[in-house]
Formats: sequence, structure tokens, C-alpha cells
Amino acid sequence: MSSHTIVLGVIGADVHAVGNKILHYAYSQAGFNVVNLGVMVSQEEFIQAAIEADAKTMIVSSLYGHGELDCRGLRDKCIEAGLEKIKLYVGGNLVVGKTPFEEVQKKFLEMGFDRVYPPGSDPALSILDLEKDLGN
Amino acid sequence: MQPILCIDFGSTFTKVTAIDIDVPRIIGRTQSFTTIHDDINIGLQKALDQLEELTGISDWPVRLACSSAAGGLKMIAIGLVPQLTMEAAKRAALSAGAKLLKTYSFELNDREIREIETLKPDILLLTGGIDGGNQKVIFHNAHKLCELNMRCPIIYAGNKTIANDIETILKKNHWDATIADNVMPTLNQLNIDSARACIRKVFLDHIVVAKGLTQVQRCIDNILMPTPSAVLLAAELLSKGYLSEPGVGELIIVDVGGATTDVHSVADGAPRQSNVVMRGLQEPFVKRTVEGDLGARYSLQALVDGVGIDVVASVINTSQEVVMQMLKDLVAHPESFMEEPGLLKTLDDVAAEIAVRESVTRHAGYLEVHYTPFGTIYQQTGKDLSYVSHVIGTGGPLIHHSNIRSALKASQADPKNPLSLKPNHARFYLDHQYILAAMGLLSLKYPSAALKLMKETIIEV
Ligand code: B12
Repeated sequence: MSSHTIVLGVIGADVHAVGNKILHYAYSQAGFNVVNLGVMVSQEEFIQAAIEADAKTMIVSSLYGHGELDCRGLRDKCIEAGLEKIKLYVGGNLVVGKTPFEEVQKKFLEMGFDRVYPPGSDPALSILDLEKDLGN
Repeated sequence: MQPILCIDFGSTFTKVTAIDIDVPRIIGRTQSFTTIHDDINIGLQKALDQLEELTGISDWPVRLACSSAAGGLKMIAIGLVPQLTMEAAKRAALSAGAKLLKTYSFELNDREIREIETLKPDILLLTGGIDGGNQKVIFHNAHKLCELNMRCPIIYAGNKTIANDIETILKKNHWDATIADNVMPTLNQLNIDSARACIRKVFLDHIVVAKGLTQVQRCIDNILMPTPSAVLLAAELLSKGYLSEPGVGELIIVDVGGATTDVHSVADGAPRQSNVVMRGLQEPFVKRTVEGDLGARYSLQALVDGVGIDVVASVINTSQEVVMQMLKDLVAHPESFMEEPGLLKTLDDVAAEIAVRESVTRHAGYLEVHYTPFGTIYQQTGKDLSYVSHVIGTGGPLIHHSNIRSALKASQADPKNPLSLKPNHARFYLDHQYILAAMGLLSLKYPSAALKLMKETIIEV
């Protein structure tokens, strides 16, 4: 199957490491070439990695509630860096508290993300989406 | 007695060090001006004549040499992203003892091609992309380099997927191309051994010839490496030890020269606390950085500009006009180190101290603080050198310094800047006989003698 490269990481000052390991495993098993940046990853590091690795997708996790702040501007920076076609996926516990997911989703889509996942989403869902989006 | 001769063809001086390997003991050390423009042997012979007066020996069966004459090993390194492959390429070149003329990232343009032509490097290092990663930019740069109106040895150490294609393109266009392992095969992984070995081989095969150093080949076994490379070897040996002879542990060597200041660290540099997360490109255990704006002579103007001429004037207690005049005088006489006390000597000393402080600050890593509800988290970029036990000074401006301890102390952590990871409780040493490069050469064949001599000769200050 695909040997598409994806860049994976937990954005911002977020140290929740367990989900990241599970995602790494899941995407590798599905045949993707995973460049895992681990936890505490800045927007710049995501972009630099995507350029060197020629990645088609960035998978961004945010678990600690500051996702909106950390993710803002990522799409713009990607465009600036020549990555205008890259797919941006985001998931985890994106905001603090119990904001309805539809609102959260709308916000992140407006920020330029291609797909937004609710808390505790099964990675398998996103793998199906990846295959659709990358045309396999 | 088993005498061995170590020669360092420097840009200004040709330095010779004689060792009796049986004891082992340093039996003499002399120097003379490097005569690169006529015949480099003239300067060497002068130094050897002095050495004969000192030791009574005229016949040296074993002669080992390193060189930084004729501008040193001049390299240009090209990568993709500045913080990633360009940085990895830069480290590969510096670790091979090169003088890095310039680095480039992303797609090379016409202006940069013209610039490379005027810089006239001895070796080009082309990198970019992790294995399986970017190809487009690397192909662009390979083709672009073919538009250069010059050729020199070129080493490709980028994305391995296209290594063969790059080699074909380069060779078709009359490049003398060598393929090495990728300097960054996966993200943030530094892998410079192969590239460094290639640079070393190209140096031996081509550069010695190209620099007109071949005439010396008949009287010495070979010019084995660039001088900074010899210092790196010495640093590593002194730190790690050899067989049953222990090394001194983690160390920093600061080499203040006329044009640049080199810093070598032999230290792990990994984070020491559990709330510190490492970021960025992996750090090499043996690391060399070079500061082109921190020399005590040729780059004195830049150094003084960096801290401010008013600051320097107030430190040495004179007017700015006087400092400006002194700068002119010193730059005009790069080879003379002031022995006489006086304003010039003070300026010299101040410059060396600034060079130590700035160069070690740039070499050392630093922390960034992130406040989270869960507490404070730190991110570390670069090497944590706070636990380094030995700081060793070398180079003319330090060897002739009137207060060497205070100059070397400038390498210490500054309480006003707690996020900079400089040494906290190091002891200070001076290579007062200027033997490090010679010991690096000697270590190729006689590591335990070189180690013993360094431990004896390099004194605590
Ligand atoms: C363990 C833990 C910690 C540990 C983390 C240790 C470590 N190094 O990993 C420590 C103690 C350090 C910690 C600290 C904090 N934590 Co905490 N932590 C947890 C806890 C209990 C479990 C997290 C975990 O490992 N889950 C298991 C993994 C497998 O699940 P996951 O992380 O959610 O990831 C999966 C999915 O979310 C999904 N996914 C994730 N990203 C993406 C992306 C895409 C595209 C897709 C498709 C799917 C996907 O797939 C993953 C794999 O299945 C959770 C509560 C919980 N039960 O979830 C709180 C929790 C995440 N923490 C929380 C908070 C607030 C914090 C702190 C801010 C303060 C605090 N209360 O201590 C700090 C933040 C520190 C920091 N700077 O990051 C909150 C977040 C609240 C919010 N966002 O609304 C939670 C939800 C607890 C709560 N209910 O209050 N935490």
C-alpha cells in the first residue's frame, strides 16, 4: 500500500506521550512512513520536518486543552513554507471543558485544518480518511 | 631516544614540536613564519634549524604534519532546511576541521551560484532531505551547481533514495563526486561520520596537491589532516583516556586565534533533569564550532563592534578615539602579541576575554521555559555543558594573556543568564606550550604517549 510520509506530533507545551505512541504504531501498521516528533512540538518543527521528509500529511495532537492557541496560524505558515497542499489533521482534547464538538470542529476547519477528530477518536477512522484524501 | 617531529603549517606560523617517544617527553618546540607563497619548505627549514640548536637533532625519521596554511580547508555546505540538514552539513564540515566559508539552504539561486564562484571553495558538501524525503530541491540544487564556472571535489550526503541519480548528474557534468551516507537519515538524527571520512579522504587526495603543499611531501610522510582536526583528536583523547590511562572527563577547549575562535566540546550534553525535554537536531559528543567574528586580530573590529566600542573604551579606561586607533594598529600587525604592559596589551586581553565569553555562549545549549498548569517545563536546544569539569585555553591571545584565569572564567555560567548551559564549576587549564595540534597528530600512532604528555603539560591556572 501507500508509502506516504506523515509527520506526527503533540503540539505546544503538551507532554501527554501515551496517545502519540499508539498513533505512531497505528499509522506504521497501516503502511505509512511515520516521522514522529514526539511531544512538545512547535509549529516550526512540524513544518521543517514536513519539508525535509516530503510529507503529505501532518497529524497534530493536542491533549491538554490549549489546542486552539497552539494550532492557530499553522496553515498560514505551511502556505508560506511552500506546503500549501499538505493535509492537516488534528485530534485529542482540543479545548478545555465541554464545548460541543461541532463548535470545536467548525473553529479548527476555519483555521485551515482538513479534518478534526473528537476526544478519544479511534486512529482507524483517520486511516480511512487518509486513504481517501491521499487517493489510494 | 626515539625522536618524532610534529609539524603544524599554520596560516601565520609553521610550528614544530619534537618529542622523545621513549620517555615520553617534549624535547623542543620552535616556530617560523609560514612561507606559502614561495616554497613552504623555507619556513619549515628555519624552524628546524632552530630546533637543531635546541636539541642537537637534525634527522627526524618520523615526521607528522597538519596544515591550516593557504586558508585552511575551505568548504561550502548546502542543505535544505536551515535548522535541519543545513545544520547537519555544517557540523559535518566543522568536525572534519574545515573552514566553512558559507552555508546555503532551500533552492540555490543565480546570485548564490555567482557567490560560490567568488568564494572558491576547496570542497562542496551537498545535502538535503531525510532518506525517502525531499527530492525536488536536491535535484534542483545538483543541476544548479552544474552551472558553476568552476569545479572542485563535491561530496553528496543527502537523501539516499536519489544518491545514484545525483551522482550521475554530477559526473556527467564533470564533477569529481563522492557519495557519503546521509548526514540526517531520519529526522533530527545526526550521522556525520561517513561525510567526515569522505572530506578527510578528499583532503588527503586532492587538497594537499591543490594548495601547493606537495613540495613538502618529499620530506615529511604526509600532511595528514587540517589542523583543527588534529586539535579535535587531541581533545577526544584527553577526555576519554586510552586503555588503562584515564582521561580527564568532559571538557571544553577554547582556541582564540587572530581571525576566529574555535570551541571544541567533548561532552554528552544531554539534559540532566527530568523536566527538561531535548529539542532539535541531535548533538555530537565531540563538537566543534567556529566564530568568524571573534578573532583577536583580523576580526578585532567585528569583535569590538559586537560589544560596543564605548563598552571596550570604558573597560580599558580610555576614549573611543584611542580604541579606534589601537584597532588600526593591531590589525596592521596581526602577528605581534603584546608582552609590554600598556593600553594595547589591555585591549588585547579584553578582546581575548570577550572572545572566550561569546564563543562559549554560542557553543553551549540553552533552555526555554514553558509554564503549564502542571508546573514548569524546560526545552533544551544544544548541549548542556553545565557539568563540564575542564575548560582549556589555547591560541596566542590566551597563551600571552596577562590574567589567564580571569579570561577563561568568562566561559563560566553567568547567574544573570541562568538559561544558558555553560559550565558551573569547571577548573581552568592552559595549553601554555601550544601542543594540542601536535598531540593530535602524535595520537595517531602513539595515543598513550600523547595522553601522558597532555596531562603533564597542560597546566591548571
Ligand atoms: C496521564 C495523564 C497525564 C500525565 C501525562 C504523562 C505522559 N507523559 O504521558 C501528566 C501527569 C504529566 C499529565 C499532566 C497534565 N494533564 Co493530563 N492526563 C493524563 C490522563 C489521565 C491520561 C492521558 C493518556 O495517556 N490517555 C491514554 C491515551 C491513549 O489517550 P489520548 O492521549 O487521549 O490519545 C488518544 C486519542 O485522544 C486519539 N488522538 C490523539 N490525538 C489525535 C489526533 C488525531 C488526528 C486522531 C485521529 C486521534 C488522536 O488517539 C490517541 C490514541 O488512541 C488524561 C485523562 C484521560 N483519561 O484521558 C489527563 C488529561 C489529558 N490531562 C489533563 C490536564 C488538564 C493536564 C494538565 C494541564 C494539568 C493536570 N491536571 O495535571 C497537565 C498538562 C501537562 C502538560 N504540559 O502537558 C486533562 C485535559 C483537559 C482538557 N483538555 O480539557 C485530562 C483530559 C484530564 C482531565 N479530565 O482533566 N496528564
